Amino acid sequence: MTVLPRLVLLLLLIGLAALVVFPFFAERFYLQLVTKIMVTAILAISLDLLVGYAGMVSFGHAAFFGLAGYALAVLQRDFGLVLLWTTLPAVLAVCGVAALIVGWFSIRTSGIYFIMITLAFAQMLYYYFNDSRAFGGSDGMFIDTKPTIEIFGFELVSLRNRIAFYYVTLGALVASYLIVRMILLSPFGRVIAAIRINEPRARALGYATRNYKLACFVIAGMLAGLAGYLGAAQYGVINPAFLSWHQSGQALVVVILGGMGTLFGPVLGAFVLTLLEEFVSGLTERWLVVIGAFVIAVVLLLPGGIASLLVRLRFGRRMQPAP
Amino acid sequence: MDLSFLLIQSLNSIQYGFLLFLVASGLTLIFGIMGIINLAHGSFYMIGAYLAYWLNLKTGNLLLAIAIGLPLTIGLGLVVERLAIGFLYSRDHLYQVLLTYGLILILNEMQRILWGNDVHGVPVPDVLAASVPLTQTQSYPVYRFFISAACIAVAAAMYLVIHKTRLGMTIRAGAVNREMVQILGIDVGRLFAIVFSLGAALAAFSGMLSAPVNSVYPGMGEQILIISFVVVVIGGIGSILGAFVGAMLIGFVDTFGKVLVPEIAGIAVYALMAVVLLWRPQGLFGGRPA
Repeated sequence: MTVLPRLVLLLLLIGLAALVVFPFFAERFYLQLVTKIMVTAILAISLDLLVGYAGMVSFGHAAFFGLAGYALAVLQRDFGLVLLWTTLPAVLAVCGVAALIVGWFSIRTSGIYFIMITLAFAQMLYYYFNDSRAFGGSDGMFIDTKPTIEIFGFELVSLRNRIAFYYVTLGALVASYLIVRMILLSPFGRVIAAIRINEPRARALGYATRNYKLACFVIAGMLAGLAGYLGAAQYGVINPAFLSWHQSGQALVVVILGGMGTLFGPVLGAFVLTLLEEFVSGLTERWLVVIGAFVIAVVLLLPGGIASLLVRLRFGRRMQPAP
Repeated sequence: MDLSFLLIQSLNSIQYGFLLFLVASGLTLIFGIMGIINLAHGSFYMIGAYLAYWLNLKTGNLLLAIAIGLPLTIGLGLVVERLAIGFLYSRDHLYQVLLTYGLILILNEMQRILWGNDVHGVPVPDVLAASVPLTQTQSYPVYRFFISAACIAVAAAMYLVIHKTRLGMTIRAGAVNREMVQILGIDVGRLFAIVFSLGAALAAFSGMLSAPVNSVYPGMGEQILIISFVVVVIGGIGSILGAFVGAMLIGFVDTFGKVLVPEIAGIAVYALMAVVLLWRPQGLFGGRPA
């Protein structure tokens, strides 16, 4: 599916337009909720690149999400950096290096062992932050100042402003989507797809498959770092729960629910799951039962996720495998 | 570091290792034979612990509580296998991870509905409340010896069932080649249901045993789940012997890590797993790489 079905493209554009005009109508609560959803969507896109396209099921993706938040907090506390221009690249670099190290070890395994070793690394980071005094232990750290964008000392945009934060997040979401799509349509992306389908054959064709997988892992880790940067800046706090295995599991649920290997599916998944959680937790205190049952129902009844539903409506058949 | 300290910590390590082995052996059986990654395994551990707490409160006798609780957990395992797991055998690991993740949410919430959010303690049964003196000043509780003994008994029973009975023979055959077993006319669906509920019962039993030592609290299942996965992966997925060696390794590393270098205790077991996987990607006793 190198070209999106026209219906899907139309829906995406309508959705984007709705997101652009949303702040003019929304109350504060909903503005923050949608910002949170878009952060989740960026995380889901990065995970979809790994799971849906490269066939590497990472169960520790939240590690990079949380690490980005800690990196932001430390840059602010110990180095006094608040500018977006300086903190964001630094945070992404930290996540990239971390993903390089974790990936270098992890890509040597595959299947369930890959699931488990990524989980192990995420847990190591979790306990490292949880047990260390320097990073506030299980209470975590505060991020007192929101990042700002300044030119020659003149403040253009401050993320203190909720609407500004919303638009920066929306921009990051659109950029992530387009970047990953471009990567997938490039020769690099074709090799990644080939590796997922048949790694020995890709290797036999002369591609250094490990390097490709590692590069893919690093890109995904940095994108997750982007999501973590925005998430931590929005909440103004970072704690070990950001990189717990629940967070990683939740991200996987979002990807599968939306439809892995479609890129727009996980974005839809982020909206559907978060809104459902919001809705059900308002109805009953026992909302986790409903979410659990929902997850099970999706796995059993709709293995291709919401995206497959959309495409099936249009074509009356199952979706073709994505590029 | 004197000798009695070493002795007590070693005993603790062994007891923890045995307990981990019980949980992990269920996990590795379910994976090795059915090919299912069961994230909800820890939930059965938690349910076992809560059942022990609740039935102990009602009957006043932990051993009786265990005797009543075990059939209940076997039944629960059967229900879960029939209603959910049964649909997953031919599906990718990813979906198994997800579905059992959903099960965790439901079982956790069930626990909250039935027993609330409080942390509970379970008293050690009177018969086993004594301590064995080791040196003039230090002694070791009998109940911890009892845990190890019970685990050894279960492990021996498991060995006998798997290696000496007809059921064990089909289980071993199923682990090697599922399709062939099916072709030979053995009801694999029934076999899987048995294995899954036995695995669940193993997890629940270890939860019951550990209830008086560790307290009973929400979220206890997830903690043991992750560490059991580490054990299974270190030992090699599907290998019972591997689960035993892995459990003992983790038992020692974790216990001694906590008393000797507390700063890195949380990391140590995961670092061990990473090292083992790099050295032998299929685990210490795993067959061919997955």
